Amino acid sequence: MIIGLGHYLTVGAILFTLGVFGIFLNRKNVITILMSVELMLLAVNINLVAFSTHLHDLVGQIFAMFVLTVAAAEAAIGLAIVVAFFRNRGTIAVEDINELKG
Amino acid sequence: MVVHAIVFYVFAVVLIASALMVISARNPVHSVLWLILGFFNGAGLFLLMGAEFLAMVLVIVYVGAVAVLFLFVVMMLNVNVARLRQGFLDYLPIGAGVGLVLLGELLLAFGAGPFHAPSSAGAPDPGMGAATNTEAIGQVLYTDYVYLFQGAGIVLLIGMVGSILLTLRHRPGVRRQDVHDQTHRDPRTAVTLKKVPTGEGLG
Repeated sequence: MIIGLGHYLTVGAILFTLGVFGIFLNRKNVITILMSVELMLLAVNINLVAFSTHLHDLVGQIFAMFVLTVAAAEAAIGLAIVVAFFRNRGTIAVEDINELKG
Repeated sequence: MVVHAIVFYVFAVVLIASALMVISARNPVHSVLWLILGFFNGAGLFLLMGAEFLAMVLVIVYVGAVAVLFLFVVMMLNVNVARLRQGFLDYLPIGAGVGLVLLGELLLAFGAGPFHAPSSAGAPDPGMGAATNTEAIGQVLYTDYVYLFQGAGIVLLIGMVGSILLTLRHRPGVRRQDVHDQTHRDPRTAVTLKKVPTGEGLG
């Protein structure tokens, strides 16, 4: 039984789908939404690395590193926004975040 | 080969199960802990694929920094979980529908293989034995992609400055050091010399 490219791509696809599903399911909790985004980025990285090793081309792994960098910055900024919002409003429910509405 | 397959299935099943727990756990702290388990298993999959450096980066950056950051924020904010859970199942049907359509499309796309490298592949993998994965990544990253590497550094710098700026606050009524006042003290205004008569004191 040989584990090939298709197996890894299937894992990535299921993980990405779970991330999308998590955003729908936890529509009110912004922290869980951020965690779902992290899951989706992990799925993307699994796909990049799987293709990189399958095609013997290192650029995929380099790109996965840049995805990791951007994901780390995104998590830091997102959580900082959540903290700042919680200080001002005392809640982080997504439906209460309507400051920009008209 | 059989061991390889068994290890792959263990990592994959635990990864998917922990992802499922991340999105369905009742308590956000539990979600973060499941996320950490998922990242560890993702790193295991990277190791199986032969990307050791990225596996270690995943453990260090994600488990060591990002997940702990999530944990701190979740524990710092006193979130009313019960209110956030209201209507949890309202979006289950549409979420499941969108997810299933997406999964089907992704699997269709992946089933369209076999995938072959284009003839002008960018940076050929040196293969086993020639160099370690880390060394090969370094040789590509610091030559062909050095500007992107610097750009990634700038992205991290902007992220750091932005998050500090967003969360820094000046509370009124706090006595803090005033460097400007301290460095602009002048001996002429700060010190006065008085001639004290002997045996009488300042009075």
